[in-house]
Amino acid sequence: MPAERSIGEPVAVRAAVVLAAVAVAAVMLLAPLLVVFSEALAKGGSFLLTSLTDPDALAAIELTLLVTAIVVPLNTVFGLAAAWSVSHFRFPGRQLLITLIELPFSVSPVVSGMVYVLMFGLQGWAGGWLIEHGVKVIFALPGIVLATLFVTLPFVARQVAPLMQARGIEEEEAALTLGANGWQMFRRVSLLKVRWALLYGILLCNARSLGEFGAVSVVSGHIRGVTNTMPLHVEILYNEYNIAAAFGMAALLACMAIATIGARLALEWRHHRSISLGSEAVWVDRR
Amino acid sequence: MIRISELSKCFGATPVLERISLDIAAGSFVALLGASGSGKTTLLRIIAGLEQADRGSIEIDGVPATGLPPGARRIGFVFQSYALFAPMSVFENIAFGLRVRPRRLRPREVEIRDRVERLLALVRLEGLGARLPAQLSGGQRQRVALARALAIEPRILLLDEPFGALDREVRDELRVWLKQLHAELGITTLFVTHDQEEALSLANRVVILDRGQVVLDASPTEMMQGQGHRP
Repeated sequence: MPAERSIGEPVAVRAAVVLAAVAVAAVMLLAPLLVVFSEALAKGGSFLLTSLTDPDALAAIELTLLVTAIVVPLNTVFGLAAAWSVSHFRFPGRQLLITLIELPFSVSPVVSGMVYVLMFGLQGWAGGWLIEHGVKVIFALPGIVLATLFVTLPFVARQVAPLMQARGIEEEEAALTLGANGWQMFRRVSLLKVRWALLYGILLCNARSLGEFGAVSVVSGHIRGVTNTMPLHVEILYNEYNIAAAFGMAALLACMAIATIGARLALEWRHHRSISLGSEAVWVDRR
Repeated sequence: MIRISELSKCFGATPVLERISLDIAAGSFVALLGASGSGKTTLLRIIAGLEQADRGSIEIDGVPATGLPPGARRIGFVFQSYALFAPMSVFENIAFGLRVRPRRLRPREVEIRDRVERLLALVRLEGLGARLPAQLSGGQRQRVALARALAIEPRILLLDEPFGALDREVRDELRVWLKQLHAELGITTLFVTHDQEEALSLANRVVILDRGQVVLDASPTEMMQGQGHRP
């Protein structure tokens, strides 16, 4: 079975379309990346290393990794639960839940950050109570985690829900008749069924929480070495005309993103290989 | 032996089953015949525990089954679309019911291997254990679904339109084979069909459902002579 099929346009047209796409990708995506890396290395490797091992830089890297390590598992659990409920249950408010899950995609991250400040900040609804009990949310780790949670909330649910819906619930029912309990059914059947979509969702969620700027910028307070994440640290360095150091940190962020994309490509490659091996075998069988 | 008494079920305001009563003797091979919407699949799903009745009761071997979860009923269910676990090999599909048993009841790996191999031979799929369901033909998938259901050593076997998705040639062959298998294993078997010929050629008892009610209950011979019990 051929994977691609021509729909009959002339070779010249096809070549033009492909070239245009490649050119746009090269100019808009690849060129900036190369600039980032070349600027990062402009003052040499040792300067890059010193700027990245500066205590404030290390604190920013640590904070970003910590926030991601909290946010990704939480949003994975939430995403799975949300996808499961909207695809397998009919309940009042289901449509509302679907809309709510997608809300972070349509709201500017800065606005979501502002909302958290209004809720938990000094003058906010819960601000007084929080101060009395000595809980710091805004300008502290909890606020940054909340803002990042909000922004990355849709990724897992959006990847998993359509697949769950399309695959129905019969395999789960089969598992139940075979004696599986709820947890075995979920782990051995449901999770296995959506594993690729789930992994993509987790990778996207991961990439976004490493790189989130807007929402975090509002709630962080930019306290150096304390509440500065990597993207915020890049901005500070840049505003101080410390261009090479700013690009150095940016390059490190870019490397993390590239690693994420690489992981995704590797997964896709393995996935497609197993599918094409499958169809190959059917083909051999029919002969 | 299955005893169904006064079973009723509604989906919203629509009645699907209305006061169904049936006694099914151990070892019998029963066809539930009816048009789509007659309630036959719902009845099968209630027996399996995948659906709850609104009223009425089901007893299996003298024990009330109402409220019992599907896994505790030891009923093998073969779905119309087979519902095989797509990411698992044929072997793992069949072994599933053994692997999910509580630790103290779970057979050892060697025994699982042995049981699955025997089931593969029983459904004539020797050597295909490593395949994925997507790499099998429709008739082969159907037999994997059957082997998977048989692996839990069910007291009752329920088949929902078992030959619905197959082309004629495969269907005829599988019918003969299923009849032999039933004679060999003697497991009480209920299957749902909308095909009268299929019901008559396979079953030793045919129950016709229409709009949620039993309209005829007869052996194939009685049915062809226009006799049988009309409640």
